[in-house]
Amino acid sequence: MSKEQLSTPELAAVQIEADDEDLTRSDVILKGALAAGALYGALAVGPYVRRALAASGGGDIGIVNFALTLEYLEAKFYEEAKGRVRANKELMSLIDLLAKDETQHVEALAATVKKLGGKPVAEPKFDFAYNGTSGFLKLAQTFEDTGVSAYNGAAPMLKSKEVLGAAGGIVQVEARHAAAIRLQNKEEPAPMAFDEPLSEKQVLKAVEPFIA
Amino acid sequence: MDVTRRKFLAVGGGSTAAAAFLAACGDDSGTTMTDTTSMGSGGASETAEFGKGDVGILNYALTLEYLETAFYADVVKSGLFKGADLETIRKFGQEEAEHVKALTAAVKGMGAKPAPKPKTEFPLENAKSVLELAGTVENLGAAAYLGQAANIRSPEVLASALAIHSVEGRHAAALNTLLGESITPDGAFAKPADVKTVLKAVEPFIVG
Repeated sequence: MSKEQLSTPELAAVQIEADDEDLTRSDVILKGALAAGALYGALAVGPYVRRALAASGGGDIGIVNFALTLEYLEAKFYEEAKGRVRANKELMSLIDLLAKDETQHVEALAATVKKLGGKPVAEPKFDFAYNGTSGFLKLAQTFEDTGVSAYNGAAPMLKSKEVLGAAGGIVQVEARHAAAIRLQNKEEPAPMAFDEPLSEKQVLKAVEPFIA
Repeated sequence: MDVTRRKFLAVGGGSTAAAAFLAACGDDSGTTMTDTTSMGSGGASETAEFGKGDVGILNYALTLEYLETAFYADVVKSGLFKGADLETIRKFGQEEAEHVKALTAAVKGMGAKPAPKPKTEFPLENAKSVLELAGTVENLGAAAYLGQAANIRSPEVLASALAIHSVEGRHAAALNTLLGESITPDGAFAKPADVKTVLKAVEPFIVG
């Protein structure tokens, strides 16, 4: 598929690699989520993630580890941006805030995995290919919309109410980030009345080849 | 995109989710999540005055969405805003109206009677105070959804509530930005609000 046919080509340029060991299951699902998002837009991520997590039989630990991997990506993205993006004072303070929030999400999710008796997944290596402030803002918007969709897609599978509580508190913050970044891009902060996919069935059929 | 026209209850399918999820922020938030296992019957539900179980939660949400819709309609009519700000307010109002429609359909779909539209009145003195009120209402709305998510039994209703919840969060953050306030006033983890707190906060705007 050519780049022109991609819905959000900036997602296709994101690389995820394992440091020394193999990619974790969470890394693989995140790769698939980004591929689904690149092809069909951020709203396709929710159904993809739900299906992929169900197929991997991960349970709450698997779901939270996936969320952890997603937060690793976001935290790294903003941490790196601090030294990479030329931003005015307003944007820099937003980047600082987002970096701080995502780092706290990483810490909270890692602690949750441990509390559930699991082992938090290791952070993979990320490579974010973007150019300049506008490239950064575009990718940031897509990441945040993707994050909202991924959480909304995965959350209904959680068994533990406590974990659901944490997920709900996080997804609302991701939505707030998305709105703030969208305003930076002069885009509507809440483009639709519902953060949900247009057609779950369609998306699932389309992304089936990516689901291991 | 006609995403918004999707039927409320058509969302989410296939999940074998636990009876309720997306809890109201776990054990460290000090809120309402004490004994959620008792929520199923509707007997111990904090939304019991709105109906039993999921219907009560949906009607509670519907009442809040009616209020938000009426608020934005009044603000648009007030003439206090122009240009981009007016467009934002109009857009948010339209989205709240879509939430009203979806929630009404959901309640009907469960064979129950939707909550009546409350009669409302809002102080609309100047642009600044109105924006502040909008920010308060949206932040409260987002917290109200978060406060109920764990009590919802149907996975489909839950998925739909989540799809609204994050939009309320977007509205809240956009208004906070306009007001020059933090987009995340609770920090990295949004806090839920219980029914009592929410109803007390909106009481001054419900008349008759």
